[in-house]
Amino acid sequence: MKNRKLLSVLLPVAAMVGFILFNACKSGESSNNNKDSVATADGGAGLKLPAGFNAAVIADKLGGTREIAVTPQGDIYVKLNRPKNGKGILFLHQEGDKATVKTGFGTFGGTGVYVKNGYLYASSDEEVFRYKLNTQNEVINPDKPEKIVTGLLSRREHEAKAITLDNDGNLYVNIGAYSNACQVEDRKKGSPGQKGCPILDSAGGIWQFKADKLNQHYGDGVRYATGLRNVVGFDWNQQNNQLFVMQHGRDQLHDLFPDMFTTKQSAILPAECMYALKKGDNAGWPYMYYDQEQHKKILMPEYGGDGKKEGGQDAIDPVAAFPGHLAPNGLLFYTGNQFPEKYKNGAFIAFHGSWNRAPEPQAGYFVVFQPFKDGKPSGEWEVFADGFAGTASQTASGRAEHRPCGLAQGPDGSLYVTDDNQGTIYKITYKK
Amino acid sequence: MDFKKAALIIFASVLFAVTSLHAQTKHKAKAPVKHTTVGLKASIAAGQKVFTQYCVSCHQADALGVPHMNPPLVKTTYVLGDKTRLIKIILNGFNEDVEINGETYSNSMASHDFLKDQEIADVLTFVRNSFGNKASAITAAQVKTVRAANKKS
Repeated sequence: MKNRKLLSVLLPVAAMVGFILFNACKSGESSNNNKDSVATADGGAGLKLPAGFNAAVIADKLGGTREIAVTPQGDIYVKLNRPKNGKGILFLHQEGDKATVKTGFGTFGGTGVYVKNGYLYASSDEEVFRYKLNTQNEVINPDKPEKIVTGLLSRREHEAKAITLDNDGNLYVNIGAYSNACQVEDRKKGSPGQKGCPILDSAGGIWQFKADKLNQHYGDGVRYATGLRNVVGFDWNQQNNQLFVMQHGRDQLHDLFPDMFTTKQSAILPAECMYALKKGDNAGWPYMYYDQEQHKKILMPEYGGDGKKEGGQDAIDPVAAFPGHLAPNGLLFYTGNQFPEKYKNGAFIAFHGSWNRAPEPQAGYFVVFQPFKDGKPSGEWEVFADGFAGTASQTASGRAEHRPCGLAQGPDGSLYVTDDNQGTIYKITYKK
Repeated sequence: MDFKKAALIIFASVLFAVTSLHAQTKHKAKAPVKHTTVGLKASIAAGQKVFTQYCVSCHQADALGVPHMNPPLVKTTYVLGDKTRLIKIILNGFNEDVEINGETYSNSMASHDFLKDQEIADVLTFVRNSFGNKASAITAAQVKTVRAANKKS
């Protein structure tokens, strides 16, 4: 029909003009932090990286590639959010600048994958499994994993069970809160926050389990840290021998409290926080959020806050704070020798990119570097790898081509980044 | 550049294009509820405001949603199909995994029963006639009927 045709031409044109305007007016929040990095376009992968770095797409179209582990032999295990052809874990072998899928196994979808002490650990949204590895770090019996943890809550919100291990035989599992701010009715305008948030008994924190004990339930584990809304990116810091986590902060301040927060404030608040955890710590959710502009813990509006009143007196402070809704899905402490000295023991963070900034432009879809000194964040963070989304308008609209998710370090100090939108694996290397 | 103004102008012109095109083809469509062009325009305009306030942060400005999380409102029978089912989603929220065009979405949607009948009618009429969607208007009377039956059950 003629009219339909006209409409189908008109709408995209208008949309494009809109995005261009969005970008013209976009705040330079990320670029401000990128001033130290000399952006260079590399060959092939289309990423912007500091001078001397190169990115290669070593595999693509793998599925929803979440977290990634690279063995000392340079082989790759990557977890798919949903099984593809019945396989939830892929094993890839690298040759040159390409990684080829050698085998797939594990019938479950999920997020976590980790290699430690002769085992491959992998998580579904309810359970954690492990597979014995041979001396070449290949899975011996892909059809018979051992079940390490079972029966974890998964209620469709913040369901990913990220995993990591320490050096003392402990496994850490994130159990995200199945809620935005523990309202009586989740995300409903006017619904109050629940007193003594009951979610925290079984979610909204990090649980510690034994890495080698089978069939553990909640009762066998320890609630290692609480008051964490959702964590996907976390890593064990070898310098401090301490767990660091990246929290996904709450959504919808403007939607739920339009009188207190403008859409602009709601787009950047609250901070996405990095916490250095000790056993027993409380990071404060849902009673407070961290405002990175005021540098304060603010009482959550569902619990009587107004955007100014302070809260979370019993909650720990973040060690670093990033702009809101960028969704940190990968955290990796760099211990390699390939990259320049300033990266050693610092943190790479893969930001999956925002959705909760609309109607403001979306942001993120990049890998950030947070410098560390003596086991603490030191100095301003900077965008390390950008351009995953594609064009500026694809970033602003949230229609990103690639979304960074998992991070891993290879035996030669190369950095691996997954994209769970198109199933890409990037390998970032440095040459003087 | 005054971004807000510019965006408003663009949006207004898109709206105008959508509504005027809709008006031209309207008599061909079998709309069960008679709606004047002026009434439809007003409903769509009012609905756009409700959409911006309550829907856009999850469903996005292009209504295409967020992969795996918030479902799209474009080219789906949830929006274009049965009106009662659609009205009930606004009244009761939506708390089940849903598959649309091969993609699954898991985020919960809160009940928006605090919206007035007219607001619900407007926002649904807006969504059903924007983003490439084309379907009949929803009236406040229809929302009222569904809300009354919804309370009884």
